[in-house]
Amino acid sequence: MVFDELRSNKKAQVLLGVLFGIIFGFLLQKGGVASYDVILGQLLLTDFTVVKIMMTAILVGMIGVYVMKAAGLVHLHTKLGSAGATIIGGLIFGAGFAVLGYCPGTAAAAVGSGALDALVGMIGIVIGAGIFARLYPRLDRTILNKGVFPAETIPELLGVRALFIVPVVAVLIVGVLYLLQAIGF
Amino acid sequence: MIEWFTAATWSPYIVGAGIGVLIWITFLLSDRPLGASTAYAKTAGMVETAISREKAESMAYYQKITPTADWQWIIVIGILIGGFISAYLSGAFSLLTVPPLFAGAFGTDALLRAGVALLGGILMGLGARWAGGCTSGHGISGTLQLGLASWVAVIFFFIGGILVAGMIYGFAFL
Repeated sequence: MVFDELRSNKKAQVLLGVLFGIIFGFLLQKGGVASYDVILGQLLLTDFTVVKIMMTAILVGMIGVYVMKAAGLVHLHTKLGSAGATIIGGLIFGAGFAVLGYCPGTAAAAVGSGALDALVGMIGIVIGAGIFARLYPRLDRTILNKGVFPAETIPELLGVRALFIVPVVAVLIVGVLYLLQAIGF
Repeated sequence: MIEWFTAATWSPYIVGAGIGVLIWITFLLSDRPLGASTAYAKTAGMVETAISREKAESMAYYQKITPTADWQWIIVIGILIGGFISAYLSGAFSLLTVPPLFAGAFGTDALLRAGVALLGGILMGLGARWAGGCTSGHGISGTLQLGLASWVAVIFFFIGGILVAGMIYGFAFL
């Protein structure tokens, strides 16, 4: 593939990583989501900035990634989840989301804009990840593989080709965004 | 053009579309989805390695998520720089210890907020690794690939988040 050489060039990838991070952090800060008040506003359902950004990113990203996949330019990188990992981990993450008021990406952008509480939060995230790594062998034996999901992707689960699912999801997202606007968010 | 870069905020739709296009590029040039939480696990691994290399190398999780300063690690440094550039250009950069909403409900004690942020961060780091991703890795990159685990994860991120935020500040919509 045309991009194989670049993809396996470790030095170039580190440079690209910094560059992609800078663009991402710039966008997060400009979007206002590097702010505790905006994130809590979303979780209190009074400010829908986070959902608007996420849904637009999913819409645009999904169409591009699936078009490139059809053209043989990219591979998907989905992981198989399970009730024990995805649902329980998701709930713990959600609790942290509300208590910290930033997420792993937006916390870094918030530190860049001067939020010192986000820096403490980043240290916390490292500690939490470290605790998980210590617990990992035990969790892997007991809970992480409980209730493994039957498929990696939604098209696989439904047995319908992505070609048909992508437009449906796109229409649903546009519908939700339109509805949010219409009811005054 | 320059006003664009110095504007305090952009429309969430423009920002979202920008992130979507950025993810096309990470797939194309790096063969990777955009995510942030792996970098924190790598950092934890670096700390373990600094304390005891032998112990860190024996841990199964760091054999899976290697503690190296690679693409996935450096991206978070980039996010911090990007956040600074954006805030600096719009004149929004200012040191803050207690966010306004928190101060309004619990006062301006920076130590209290730091303690709460540390606790929240610990929960978040634990949960992100438990679920295998965060709001970027699962919430955006995974969902846009129509990954089943990512859609389930993001739904439970918000269920947990909405419940706990409501317990802290009261359920505004009730």
